[in-house]
Amino acid sequence: MMKGLKKWRFPAMLAALALVLSGCGENYLSTLRPAGEVGREQFNLLILTSLIMLLVILVVVVIYVAALVKFRRSRLGEDHMPQDVEGSHKLEFIWTAIPIVLLLIIAIPTVYYTYKLGDVSAMEKADEEGNPEHLVVDVTAKLYWWEFEYPEYGIVTAQELVVPTDEKVYFNLKAADVKHSFWIPAIGGKMDTNVDNLNKFYLVFDEESKDLKDGVFYGKCAELCGPSHALMDFKVKTMNRDDFDGWVAAMKDTENQVADKDSSDAGEAAFAQSCIGCHATSAVGSTGAAGPNMATFGDRNRVAGYLDHNKENIVNWVQDPQKYKPGNLMPAFDSLSDEDLDAIADYLLGLKVEE
Amino acid sequence: MTTAANTVAQKKGFGATLWDWLTTVDHKKIGILYLIGGGFFFVLGGIEALMIRLQLLVPNNDFVSAGFFNELITMHGTTMIFLAAMPLLFGFMNAIVPLQIGARDVAFPFINSLGFWMFFFGGLFLNLSWFIDAAPDAGWTSYASLSLASTGHGIDFYAIGLQIAGGGTLMAGINFLVTIINMRAPGMTYMRMPLFTWTTFVASALILFAFPPLTVGLFFLTFDRMFGGNFFDVDYGGNTIIWEHIFWIFGHPEVYILVLPSFGIFSEIFTIFSRKRLFGYSAMVFATVLIGFLGFMVWAHHMFTVGLGPTANAIFAVATMAIAVPTGVKIFNWLLTMWGGSIRVTTPMLYALGFIPSFVMGGVTGVQQGAAPLDYQLHDSYFIVAHFHYVIVGGVVLAILAATHLYWPKMFGTMLSEKLGKVTFWFFFIGFHMTFFLQHFLGLMGMPRRVWTYNADQGWDLFNMISSAGALLMAIGVIVMVINIIMTTAKNERVGNDPWEDGRTLEWAIPSPPPFYNFAQTPLVRGLDTYWIEKQDGNKKGYIPAEPLSDIHMPHGSFIPFVMSLGLFIAGFGAMFRVEHSWGLPVLIAGLVLTFLSMSLRSVKDDLGFYVTKEEILRTERGSK
Repeated sequence: MMKGLKKWRFPAMLAALALVLSGCGENYLSTLRPAGEVGREQFNLLILTSLIMLLVILVVVVIYVAALVKFRRSRLGEDHMPQDVEGSHKLEFIWTAIPIVLLLIIAIPTVYYTYKLGDVSAMEKADEEGNPEHLVVDVTAKLYWWEFEYPEYGIVTAQELVVPTDEKVYFNLKAADVKHSFWIPAIGGKMDTNVDNLNKFYLVFDEESKDLKDGVFYGKCAELCGPSHALMDFKVKTMNRDDFDGWVAAMKDTENQVADKDSSDAGEAAFAQSCIGCHATSAVGSTGAAGPNMATFGDRNRVAGYLDHNKENIVNWVQDPQKYKPGNLMPAFDSLSDEDLDAIADYLLGLKVEE
Repeated sequence: MTTAANTVAQKKGFGATLWDWLTTVDHKKIGILYLIGGGFFFVLGGIEALMIRLQLLVPNNDFVSAGFFNELITMHGTTMIFLAAMPLLFGFMNAIVPLQIGARDVAFPFINSLGFWMFFFGGLFLNLSWFIDAAPDAGWTSYASLSLASTGHGIDFYAIGLQIAGGGTLMAGINFLVTIINMRAPGMTYMRMPLFTWTTFVASALILFAFPPLTVGLFFLTFDRMFGGNFFDVDYGGNTIIWEHIFWIFGHPEVYILVLPSFGIFSEIFTIFSRKRLFGYSAMVFATVLIGFLGFMVWAHHMFTVGLGPTANAIFAVATMAIAVPTGVKIFNWLLTMWGGSIRVTTPMLYALGFIPSFVMGGVTGVQQGAAPLDYQLHDSYFIVAHFHYVIVGGVVLAILAATHLYWPKMFGTMLSEKLGKVTFWFFFIGFHMTFFLQHFLGLMGMPRRVWTYNADQGWDLFNMISSAGALLMAIGVIVMVINIIMTTAKNERVGNDPWEDGRTLEWAIPSPPPFYNFAQTPLVRGLDTYWIEKQDGNKKGYIPAEPLSDIHMPHGSFIPFVMSLGLFIAGFGAMFRVEHSWGLPVLIAGLVLTFLSMSLRSVKDDLGFYVTKEEILRTERGSK
């Protein structure tokens, strides 16, 4: 697709532009520092189109500046009468044809990647034993949190997506209330979670997230969904396949981990009293809970998706969720005693499946 | 206000003057009304924009609440598109297009007035939401799942307010179509029409086809929210994606409805201040028509991430890129118009010169977003915010500011200060690029649009702060412009027919402002740039009359358009409060009765207009010399 251009110059310019742009933004969040195949393909398309477009801008600016310098009335004199020119068929042809060629150069990879990224046929494939060949995660977006179900393993989690690296991960996307949009900028483009239908796409995660600043990639809601749209963040933990399998096993082990009203742990007892109706503490289950699953709460990076992960924020949140995420559906538990709140926070921070 | 009208106005008291403006059907006065209405809403939308940027100045800011922020962004977008940009352009179209084609008025002066008052009452209705209940908060696109879930009456204000204003727009569009088809002076063939007239013509055709879908969509929304309909309610078999399609089938052509007349204004400016005819006139006309046509074929590029499938995405991606070709043709023809000309950098020309690089920037990022797989990253991020502001501010708003300077003398008979005009330009232009250029990178760095606040650890702080500072510069520019207008009006130094000295089209052949009947005799058009041709031939009168001087038939003013619009305004409140208040239904009915009664009155009562006598015309013509 670059045949028309000088062979060595174009790749060199591409590389230079890529280098400049990749200095932009944080590696856990920026589309300019892609950490996955999909994001990289999109980034390459960005570089290709940017270069062609910079070329267009350059041509326009050169003619523009030259005209402005050469044909100023202050230079030509007040009485100068320019010659009227009707137009030029040759020129009209040139500036119709060249843009068409440039657009074709962009259109070919555009169409190619549109089909490539839209191909989810492998999602249904299974091996001889009926096990699916690829990991599929069902994502449900809710006012203002994310639920991630792994149907193959019968486990579910919330707010923090955990995925293996170096393989295609397929997603089923849906919204439970109003439309949202699922976006992990550093990994690849977004797709809407509609209320009408299931959307499907895939992403590939190349880098293990443990070396990142917070140990996670940042995920965003990209469709206006109400007052707390800006706060509807989630995090993505990526790990190699072995670690991931270990994580899945640990998740499965939480099967009978249910908070007990009569527990000697005051936090667990209080949780069982007030919270269990909406928040499960076992990761075994499926989508559809009223509130986020808490089985991995202690492993998580944030409270409510965006607040620093500490006891104080948990207590504040439980007392007045509307203050921190206006429009969310959790009622305030301001009647709980300070001791109970404290104990609940401790209990939640202790819910972990990772070492 | 012609000299004649001035003397009349002096005899009148305040009440009579007010009555004159409320009942006017004169296209020049309606143009001024549009400028006042649109200008008011432009300032309002600007204040909303400043509050948005103030909130985003620093991370974790709490200058406004999350809910109020959503109201601000919704009202900023809706106000700027429907109540500022479009009416301001209508103002110039009204004031100038009939003059450019040598007409005495638009084809339907009554409907022209009705269109204005419906826009005005629709805009008023929408903005009263700030004081009654709540403002709409689902974004200017008002996507169905969120707009149905939104509590309070905000979205009801949106649906009804835009319905009323949109009706006015549709009328204005039809009126311009008929005017340009039927009212052209002898010799004014289609291929001799000035570009501003051409672009108005194509934009009006777009209005004709784009606004009915919006009307239908808004009715669906109104029924869903106020009358128990289920068009978009998934639980009852509705579909929210339908709203997105309907909205963008309107919404994408809307961009061209705004930008084509802007192209027209810049085409006029480039020719006047390069002292040279438009390079490639027929290519420009063809490009305009082609852009208008393609504008209807690309709406789904706003929906690449909705999940329409690769085939739909690929088709719409390629169609979108195709629009870049005619747009590029236009850019190069403008450059070649300047080339070989004699360029005088006046304030309008300064805006035109600023427009070229700004709009090219907006255009190329548009192509990038047309590449569907890349758009998956760019969609609904700050990149798109930067892109459409480059198109709409860099294209449309610069055109409106340029036209204000260019046509001010024609509309008001005085010349805005060039010095202050240039000060405005530089503040606005630098502020504009400061505000929006870095937003491209904010988007690429992962910042979604429509966020009320952001955490500090994401690398977005500095760019957001610079962006907010730029917004302030733009505001200063606008304030200087207001001062300029006030000073110019106070000084009241009158100008002649052709204040820019290089006017080319018919509007510059008659007094500034023109007498209320425009042309004493209908002109005969001998070619493109009529007035220029006559000037070159040494014709002192400015145009060749196509008819002997005789009595002119003119329409009477009418108060009915005002009352009809008022009726719809009242009915809107009734529809909205029907469920919770017992007075709702009677008010709804009363409002509609008022509208339909005044409609019947208009039908029953014959108003044949009046004649301006030959003697009066002669007296006016001599007075204005």
